[in-house]
Amino acid sequence: MKKVVALIMASVFAFSVVGCSKKEDKKETTKSDETKAESQTPEKKDGLIKVGIINNDPNESGYRTANDADLKAMFTKENGYDASFNYSLKNDEQIQYAKTFIQDEVDYLLLSAADTAGWDSVLQDAKAAGVKVILFDRTIDADPSLYEASIVSDMNKEGQTAVDWLASQNLPEYNVIHIQGVMGSAAQQGRSGALDKKVAAEGNWKIVKQQTAEWNAEKAQQIVQSVIDSGEKFNVIYAENDDMAKGAVAALDAAGISHGVGKDVVVMGFDCNKWALEELLKQNWNYDGQCNPFQASYIDAIIKDLEAGKTPEKTIIMEEKGFDAATIKQEDVDKYGI
Amino acid sequence: MNKSLIKKITSNQLFIPIMALLLLAVINLIVDPGFFKVTLRTNNDGNPVLSGSLITILDYGSELAILAIGMTLVTAASGGQDISVGATIAIAGSAMLRVLCGTNPRPDAIQAPIIVAFLVACLVGMLCGAFNGALVSIFKIQPMIATLILFTAGRPIAAWINFNRLPIVPDPKFKYFGGFIPGIPIPTTVFIMLLCVLVIALVLKFTNLGLYTQAVGINEKSARLNGINPTFVKFLAFVILGLCVAVAALIKVSRIATINYNVIAKDIEMDAILAVALGGNALSGGKFNMWASVLGAYVIQALTTTLYKFHISSDALAAYKAVVVILLVFFSAPKVREYVGDFFKKMKAKKKTAQLVAVGDSAAEVISGENEEVEEDN
Repeated sequence: MKKVVALIMASVFAFSVVGCSKKEDKKETTKSDETKAESQTPEKKDGLIKVGIINNDPNESGYRTANDADLKAMFTKENGYDASFNYSLKNDEQIQYAKTFIQDEVDYLLLSAADTAGWDSVLQDAKAAGVKVILFDRTIDADPSLYEASIVSDMNKEGQTAVDWLASQNLPEYNVIHIQGVMGSAAQQGRSGALDKKVAAEGNWKIVKQQTAEWNAEKAQQIVQSVIDSGEKFNVIYAENDDMAKGAVAALDAAGISHGVGKDVVVMGFDCNKWALEELLKQNWNYDGQCNPFQASYIDAIIKDLEAGKTPEKTIIMEEKGFDAATIKQEDVDKYGI
Repeated sequence: MNKSLIKKITSNQLFIPIMALLLLAVINLIVDPGFFKVTLRTNNDGNPVLSGSLITILDYGSELAILAIGMTLVTAASGGQDISVGATIAIAGSAMLRVLCGTNPRPDAIQAPIIVAFLVACLVGMLCGAFNGALVSIFKIQPMIATLILFTAGRPIAAWINFNRLPIVPDPKFKYFGGFIPGIPIPTTVFIMLLCVLVIALVLKFTNLGLYTQAVGINEKSARLNGINPTFVKFLAFVILGLCVAVAALIKVSRIATINYNVIAKDIEMDAILAVALGGNALSGGKFNMWASVLGAYVIQALTTTLYKFHISSDALAAYKAVVVILLVFFSAPKVREYVGDFFKKMKAKKKTAQLVAVGDSAAEVISGENEEVEEDN
């Protein structure tokens, strides 16, 4: 009996170890394939532009998944690129990848940095080696001469667009439940900042509750539940991402409070997940602000400019939309949903 | 006799969590008695539901209470904690959604009965538990290090199970587990929690699980000499925790009918460990009180709900929680309670000697008085 149990446990363990190592192996082989491919072709492959892309882990969020898919669709052989990808959420690993790319003599280094600091020396190496650096999605604290351009979202503008939309609804009074993201993140600061300013400026805008749910749907549900339990009046939910808006709506549903277009409570979210835009389409929510993950076309344009000898703008701010449930169409959901 | 009763109450492990709950209740009563108001509402589906802060505590504390059951056993048997609970919830939840939604993340109808999905999740949870348990019991790796593996790898694995997509369960029935069953105004989570508590109570009563676990936790060698297999007991504790994790995953995933691999049940392992500590159980293993841990879980939820209720700014919330937790853990630590007990004993002893001295003094006075009288006579 004992032996049987031991055997089962051993096999379970072995299975899980194999399971893990299998995944690792796969990763490594793809990586070595890449390096092999690169080492075989030290020079430009007939006209192909060689780019090294360092991104955050696509598993990080739906936003990142869409971002990665967009880049992969753009930087293909058909479009004239020879691209390699590396992912990490850690700055030091990303710097290692950057060094490898520089050694591999890529033409362009595309970078979405995990952290703003620590990039000076490696970017100087890149400059010395003649590798042109383009930042996307996130900026870094480094001398602007070290990179060609940076393509970023303006979080303050996203917040401002949303607050302007809310103001245009002309509600007699605004009693807002403000559900914040992880405190200190760029998205939280930008999206909170605009609302805070408006509330301070206007007499009929009031914040009923301002609390962080750390991007977590369930925490948002609890926060809204606590306001409902306390019996305070509110008519707007300003959630800084879609997940938290969803959690908030779950609390409203449980308490029998109506929400959406022409209902008691205005629901606002950010990020434009496909399911969130569908909620807009069904008029259960009122507004969703975009955080544009589709940067590949911007990068492509910059590279074309640089190849043609033009100097692109240093900082390019992407166009970002805000969707209103009253005007959203199915095409918008298909096109902008992530 | 009265004194021994007080001592009996204060030395009971349930004393600290119950006191903490009462304290929170009193604070809420003073600040806003509305805290205790429970109202019957109608939700957006037209069903009656109870609503109020107390219901919220019962509702959201459930999954933590269920996790506390498993964590107590693991703590008692292995003298260490499982820090992979949150990540394992992500894995089990992801597996559940994979079965329910199939390969299409947005199906029109569920692809398998909910019970099948739940059983698969149980299996996955127990496998994860078995993995941790094997590392701890057979390979003698410290629990915190052993579970660090899944703590780190768990969420990526969860994402990988569903090809990194976020499936949404279309069936409204799936939402019952984390919400309300039509017609029953009490949150379903309360029933799930009660069921888990009932099962573990029966197991502890009719099997030797509790005794063996404590024996292994107190002294592994002597347990082995007495014919208990410590390897198996530790392994079993982790597997039971895996089962608890699967139940918690069902509730968590059901609440919003989808999953977010990175934030679902984030840091819940810390709350579960805290619940065990608040219950006055030694984190170094050995004797345990299951019900104290379960109560500890509700103390944590009551604290969270109270803090949400007060208008505390987002930046300061964690700090407030930390202060309360430090105080609670400090007073529930066995060492501190021993010290306090000794202190009271000493006080009593001092009082007694003081009384004795007082008695002695008066006796001396009497004697001296007598002497005076004698002197006067002379």
